[in-house]
Amino acid sequence: MLLSKTILLVIVLAPLVGTLIAGLFRHQVGRSGAAAAAIASVALSCVLSFYVFYQLVWGGAGTFNHDVYTWLEVGRFGAHIGFMVDRLTAIMMVVVTFVSLMVHIYTIGYMADDPGYQRFFSYIALFTFSMLLLVMANNFLQLFIGWEAVGLMSYLLIGFWFKRPTATFAMLKAFIVNRVGDFGFILGIAGVLYWFGSLDYAQVFVGALDPAAATKTVEIFAGHPWHITTVICVCLFVGAMGKSAQVPLHVWLPDSMEGPTPISALIHAATMVTAGIFMVARMSPLFELSEAALAFVLVIGATTALFTGLIGIVQNDIKRVIAYSTLSQLGYMTVALGASAYAGGIYHLMTHAFFKALLFLGAGSVIVAMHHEQDMRYMGGLKKYMPITWITMWLGSLALAGAPGFAGFFSKDAIIEAVGESHRFGSGYAYFCVLAGVFVTALYSFRLLYMTFHGKERFVVDAHHGHDHDDHGHRAPGHLAHAPHESPWVITVPLIALAIPSVLIGWSTIAPMLYGGWFGGAIRVGEANNVLAEVGHDFHGPLAMVLHSFTQAPFLIALAGFAVATYIWLLNPGIADKAKNAMRPVYNLLAHKYWIDELYQAVFARGGIMLGRGLWKGGDAGLIDGLVVNGSAAVVERTAATVRWLQSGYLYHYAFAMILGLIALLGGLWWVVHAAL
Amino acid sequence: MPVSHLLSLLIWLPILGAAAVLAFGRNPTIARWLSLAVALATFVLSIPLWTGYQPAVPGMQFLENIAWIPSLKANYALGVDGISIALIVLTAFTSTLVLLGSWGPIKNRVAQYMAAMLVLEGFLIGVFAATDALLFYVFFEAMLIPMFIIIGVWGGPRRVYATLKFFIYTFVGSIFMLIALIYLHMKTGEFSLAAFAQASLSAREQAWLFFAFLMGFAIKVPMWPVHTWLPDAHVEAPTGGSVILAAIMLKVGVYGFIRFSLPITPDASQEYAWLVIAVSLIAIIYIGYVALVQEDMKKLIAYSSVAHMGFVTLGIFIALALVRVHGNPLGARLGLQGAMVQMISHGFVSAAMFTCIGVMYDRLHTRLIKDYGGLVNVMPWFATFMVLFAMANCGLPGTSGFVGEFMVILAAFQDNPLIALAAAFTLIIGAAYTLWLIKRVIFGDVGNDKVAKMQDLDVREWIVLGAFAIAVLAIGIYPKPLTDLMEPAVLHLVQQLGLAKA
Repeated sequence: MLLSKTILLVIVLAPLVGTLIAGLFRHQVGRSGAAAAAIASVALSCVLSFYVFYQLVWGGAGTFNHDVYTWLEVGRFGAHIGFMVDRLTAIMMVVVTFVSLMVHIYTIGYMADDPGYQRFFSYIALFTFSMLLLVMANNFLQLFIGWEAVGLMSYLLIGFWFKRPTATFAMLKAFIVNRVGDFGFILGIAGVLYWFGSLDYAQVFVGALDPAAATKTVEIFAGHPWHITTVICVCLFVGAMGKSAQVPLHVWLPDSMEGPTPISALIHAATMVTAGIFMVARMSPLFELSEAALAFVLVIGATTALFTGLIGIVQNDIKRVIAYSTLSQLGYMTVALGASAYAGGIYHLMTHAFFKALLFLGAGSVIVAMHHEQDMRYMGGLKKYMPITWITMWLGSLALAGAPGFAGFFSKDAIIEAVGESHRFGSGYAYFCVLAGVFVTALYSFRLLYMTFHGKERFVVDAHHGHDHDDHGHRAPGHLAHAPHESPWVITVPLIALAIPSVLIGWSTIAPMLYGGWFGGAIRVGEANNVLAEVGHDFHGPLAMVLHSFTQAPFLIALAGFAVATYIWLLNPGIADKAKNAMRPVYNLLAHKYWIDELYQAVFARGGIMLGRGLWKGGDAGLIDGLVVNGSAAVVERTAATVRWLQSGYLYHYAFAMILGLIALLGGLWWVVHAAL
Repeated sequence: MPVSHLLSLLIWLPILGAAAVLAFGRNPTIARWLSLAVALATFVLSIPLWTGYQPAVPGMQFLENIAWIPSLKANYALGVDGISIALIVLTAFTSTLVLLGSWGPIKNRVAQYMAAMLVLEGFLIGVFAATDALLFYVFFEAMLIPMFIIIGVWGGPRRVYATLKFFIYTFVGSIFMLIALIYLHMKTGEFSLAAFAQASLSAREQAWLFFAFLMGFAIKVPMWPVHTWLPDAHVEAPTGGSVILAAIMLKVGVYGFIRFSLPITPDASQEYAWLVIAVSLIAIIYIGYVALVQEDMKKLIAYSSVAHMGFVTLGIFIALALVRVHGNPLGARLGLQGAMVQMISHGFVSAAMFTCIGVMYDRLHTRLIKDYGGLVNVMPWFATFMVLFAMANCGLPGTSGFVGEFMVILAAFQDNPLIALAAAFTLIIGAAYTLWLIKRVIFGDVGNDKVAKMQDLDVREWIVLGAFAIAVLAIGIYPKPLTDLMEPAVLHLVQQLGLAKA
């Protein structure tokens, strides 16, 4: 039985239609019309995605792989737009459309007062379209199209409030840093075409079975033979490092918090940033051929998992804490990929999508209640004002911290164990990082909860009048016009809807998805690399896993993190400042994010501008125009002044000088060329 | 059977139309409508070229041949293949939009301006249709005259310097080309391009001819380091002049490479391919950095044009290396086809970008980036278009700007991954200079009081930018019709390249 191409087309195109209605006809359909169009279109996509998922898992449908149209054809080389839908794709489609739908509904409440309401809906629907294009691709061309299209949407949405200088800076930074990744990605794609002769996944994966693929080398620098698959995979992974914000290309993600919170939840936590993880899993047949590339992936992921998490501990902006948490969790996923536990990476991607979207949307709910105050130092004690947000945030945080039985527990523990089984170069370092990361995760997660919802209220409600909605942000920090209150249902319902899978989804899914060969041929793991199978030998059902965990290192480490956080930020709040002062150098290092932004700003941004200015003034204006063009004019003029055989004006000199200059240039070039041969 | 003498019609209709505009265009309104009608008619007539072209039939089509100077065996010989058709349609399309776009900004000597544009259009179509080298040369030189007038009469304050630099620079280049043509005429006794391509030439002869052609065409493209006339010319040119200059005239240089350098001097082209490739890569990276620091929007886009044209020359000479060194004709076709698509795409994108700058200039009479800021607040439609074209300028998939760059990078990797690496750097630097411009001009809060008073696009501007937007998106979403049109010509050229001459 086959999946229907029509249904797949509807899934992809419905959000595009929603975009066009909400964007181009925003005046005709009005605010509610735009919201309705976008939500209905994404809901349709979501329902049909679940249907496709059902058909693949229980309906006996096989992998769908068909082209929709030929984009380009040069001789034997054809580039197509088409879909490949198997279980790996289906899980992404379900996650993307479900989270997107929740975010769409949430947006009704969150953006209610925003003048850009319709524009926002048209953007997020277009994002959903792009993301579906990306995950459903059956070839590298479409993958790249979707890849860059989600980057564009991210750019536009980070800069949604374009009047803010910080937002316009962040959008530019995000796009350019992502472009650094794409620079590698496109070279990887070029390498795929070079070696496999095709951009279609199916053909490439068949080609990867050829024993020659693993051993063939290429000498990019003479005398340094590199495995072609290593070159390809490292290049592709550089793309993933950009999109999935891995060190050292992680710098754009925290700044992306300038965008409205629904965007942070959808794009910068649940879906787009996981595109890199998805891509590497999708390319597992290639990555499996290169031990070196996988070790690279492992080390980068481990570094990201630990060192970005550490920064999260010292952040005071509620969204930034979650942003650094996202970086760290993306590091966990990457570690899983690097350990050849692709299914583990995808599994964590899925659970993370639910609880991280929940945390961001919860943070958004808090931010609305606090009248757009994001600094946790002016929060505290909010639990009594907004119980639903409080409880769902707790559930999300428990899932994030890996409390036994919660979704994040299953996925994170599986990754840690898989890394423990790996013997790959860097696996020891990675194991240390992911274990230490557990402590860090617990620390920042509970710190956030305590600072936001518990303890003393650190804000003041100005009693007098205060029905003026326009003065948001003009008050002194920590001063509110009226008391915070729970958000409306359009905000709380998505929170609850996301809390359910954050708590429960692990129980029914871990056995099949990680250990049951659920992904079938979609993920290919070499016999010797199959760490998940090793872990699976000791797996005796989710309940046994939960019970067993209480004696294991990850749980104890998380518990320690919980205890420390509780002591510092709940029981004895004064100690935080003391600790900060005692460990000033460490605090500074983290608070300045290891000075990486400053370094990039100095070297790449200012350095680039200086280089450009040097080339312009020195090269173009100085050397070419000054010396050769105008200089030869001057020489002629001087000659003319003495010899006086040129008597006409400047024009004539100039013309003549140009000719002479160019002849000189040509002659010089000719001479250089011959000397070189 | 397609209309006979269609090519002649396409060349002379705008030129005769120009005469009519001059004769009857005392009233600016009449001049505007008449010139638009002529341009539109030319565009409509250019469509049968595309639809009537038969890809299965090899060689040039829509042939016309009349003896012109019998003593020299020079003929008025016309013919087109897919590449020339694409360029002719691009010319007719862009000229129409330029004329429409000039209705507002051009207030004095309207008829003369419109006439100059139409004459320019005719000459440009002539360049792309000529199959006789002398005829080509005549059009090639003649097109400088209307452009010289457009910049010199309707240009900015430093227009005299700019026109001189432009004219002399490009004229000097063509002198070398003329010498080469005369030599080839002495050798073959003819002026037909086909005969030139078959002439047997020693390696030494080819090398001299190659460099003579290189001088002529490299200045037109323009390639680094003979590009410095372009920013000056653009800055001083009126919007319409800039658009035609960037969208069409630069392509004449590339067209020269594929009609002259490659078929006539294939061995020398191969020998010095490394030089052109190196210069192209310098254009992409060096010029990218120079573009980054420009303070004048027109200069920025002018430099960005140089960088984009670097991709075109890169694709062409990569193709040469692939077919002759690696024996990889498929990769060569990919590179050459990519270069051609990039050329057409750059026509639309640069035209659109210069039109956008023109729209801003018409309102505030400044091109400096610092005088703008936050346009999206007051001109949302304009901002939408400008961001779209900016994205095309930095090669975002789904726009035409991506297609050619993608193909050239894919092909370059097959020749040498390091070349692909250098070329792919455009992804970063192109995004940096384009989007930094966008950040400073479009986004942010309203920059100053003058910006606050700016009006969004009027209907006429909307039509012009909308037409460019459709073209940019259509090629980006479905490039196959364009590549299918050019494929037989590309294939023919690659086969031609495979044959050594010396």
